[in-house]
Amino acid sequence: MVYVWFVLWPTVQAFQFSITDWDGLSADFSWVGLENYRTLITGDSVFARAVGNSLAFMLVVVIGQTILSLALAVALLRSTRISIALRALFFFPTVLSSVAVAFIWSFVYDPTFGLANRLLLAVGLGSWQQPWLGDQQMAIYYLALVQIWFHAGQMMVVYIAGLQQIPQELYDAAALDGAGRWQKFRHLTFPLVQPATVIVVAYTTIQSFKAFDLIIASTGGGPNHATEILATLIYDSAFRNFEMGYAAAQSVIFMVIIAAITLLQRRAVSLASGGSNR
Amino acid sequence: MSPAPTAPDTPRPRRERRRRVLLDWSGLPRGLLLAVYALLVAVPLVVVVLTALKTSQQMYADPFGLPPNPSLANFTELLRGGRIGISFVNSVLVTSVSVVTTLVVASWAAFSIARIGGRLGLVLFAGFSLGLAVPAQVAMIPQYVIFDQLGLTNSLLGLILINIAVTCSVAIFILTGFFRTLPGELFEAAEIDGASTWQLYWRIALPLSTPSLAAVAIFLFVMHWNDLLYPLLFISDPDKATLPKALLDFKGEYTTNYPVLFAGVIIASIPMIVAYVLLQRWFVAGITAGAVRG
Repeated sequence: MVYVWFVLWPTVQAFQFSITDWDGLSADFSWVGLENYRTLITGDSVFARAVGNSLAFMLVVVIGQTILSLALAVALLRSTRISIALRALFFFPTVLSSVAVAFIWSFVYDPTFGLANRLLLAVGLGSWQQPWLGDQQMAIYYLALVQIWFHAGQMMVVYIAGLQQIPQELYDAAALDGAGRWQKFRHLTFPLVQPATVIVVAYTTIQSFKAFDLIIASTGGGPNHATEILATLIYDSAFRNFEMGYAAAQSVIFMVIIAAITLLQRRAVSLASGGSNR
Repeated sequence: MSPAPTAPDTPRPRRERRRRVLLDWSGLPRGLLLAVYALLVAVPLVVVVLTALKTSQQMYADPFGLPPNPSLANFTELLRGGRIGISFVNSVLVTSVSVVTTLVVASWAAFSIARIGGRLGLVLFAGFSLGLAVPAQVAMIPQYVIFDQLGLTNSLLGLILINIAVTCSVAIFILTGFFRTLPGELFEAAEIDGASTWQLYWRIALPLSTPSLAAVAIFLFVMHWNDLLYPLLFISDPDKATLPKALLDFKGEYTTNYPVLFAGVIIASIPMIVAYVLLQRWFVAGITAGAVRG
C-alpha cells in the first residue's frame, strides 16, 4: 500500500503535473497542455545545458569507471595479502555518504589551498594549477572523476566475482597456441567477463544519473549552471523557483531519456552476445 | 549473486597456477596503476583526518602537513553545539526502524510472491520491480505534495515511510530471487507434516535465507544512513535533520572552515567505518548484491 501510494502513484502524478502551470503552493492552477514541453525543448538554454551535462557526465563515468574497475580487478585478482588489503582500501569510499565525498573533493579541488593545486606546485607543474570546480567548461568532468573515485571499488568487486568464473583451462589452451598476454585478455578475459560488464555498465549508468547528492553538496549545479544535471535542475525548479508544473515536465523528459538509454543498452548487449557467444 | 559461468562444464580448479596465468600482465604497469590509485584513495582520506585535528589557521598555513599540536577542539565544538548529536540520534532512529521494517515486510512479501507462483506471482513481482525503474527525481515532486497534505514533512516518521516505500522493491526483488531457489520439496514435506504457511516462512524460509537477509540489511543500512535526497526534500527543521542533511547545513554555516566540516564528516561516517572494519566481507557482499540485483 505504502509502496503504491508513495512510489507508483507519484510517478503517474508527475505526468499530470507536467501539463499544468502550478507553482506548488497555491490551490489554483490551469492546464497548459504541452506548453511546458514546448518551452523546454525550444526555449530553455539552461535545460539544454543540463541535458548535455547529464549525458557528458554519464559517458565519462561509465567509460572511465568500467575501464578502471576492470583494470583494478585484473590487477588484484590474486588473493595475496597485499591485494586483499588494497581491495579493502579501494572499496572503502563506497561506504561514505555523498556529502562526505563532496566535502573531501571540494577540499582537494579548492583553488587556494586545495591538494590538487598544491601537489602540482610541489612537483613543478605550477602552471597547471586551476580553479577546478570554478572552470565553467571542465567542472562537470572534474566531478565525473569524483564519481568514479566514489564507486570504482564497488564495481571492481563485481568484476573480481566475474573473473573468478573463468576456467583456467582456457588460458592453458591459449598459451599452448602461443597467445600473448594482450591476446589472452582480448580474446578470452574480455569476452568471458561480459556478464559482469553488463552489470557494471547498467549499474554505473543508473548511479551516474543519481549523482544528485554529490553535485548538490559540492557545487549546487554552479558556477552559472556549469555542473547542472537534470536531477539538480528539477530540484531547483520545483523547490527553489516553485515551478512545479515545469519541473514535472522536466522530470518526465528525464525519465524518457533514462528509458531510452536503458533500451539502447539492452539492444547493444543482445547484439553483442548474439555475435560473440552463439 | 555472481554471473553464471559462460564456459563449458569443466571443473574449476582453484589452484594458484590458475591465477598466475590470468594475471600475467607485465609487472610495471600493474604496480604503477595500483600504487597511483592507492595514493589517490588514501591521501584525501588521510588529509581529512589530519585536517580535522588542526585549527583553521594551521590549515591555511600548511594544508599538507601534520597538525602541529593536534586537538579535538573541532569535534568538541560540533558536539557542544548539540545539533550534530541530535542529528546522530535522528539518523540512528530513521535508519534502524527503516531497515528492520523493510526487512520484515519485504521478506514476507517476497516469500508470498515466490510461494504463489504462477501468473499472480509474476504480476506482483513485475509490479514491485517497476519501482526499480523509477528514478527518485521523477517521483519527488508528487511525493512532496502528498507528504505536505498528510503533514508528514518535518517528521522522522515521514522519512521512515518514504525509505520503506522506495527500498522495498529492491529488497523484494533480491529476496524473491532467493526464495525461488529454495527447493519446493522442502515446503511440501513440511506441509504434509501439517505446517501452516506462517510456519513454513518462519521455521524454514527465514532461517535458510539469513545470508541474503544480512546482505539486504547491509545494503539498506548504507543507503538509508547516507541518504540526502529525502531529508533535503522533507526536513527543514534542524532538530529533525539526519546527518547528511546536517552536514550540508554546516557547509553554509562554516563555509570553507574545512577542519570543522571534516570533524563533522568523521562523526557522520563513524558507524559506517566501524561496521565496515568489523564486517568487511559481509559489507562488500551486501553492497555488491545491491549493485548486481538492483
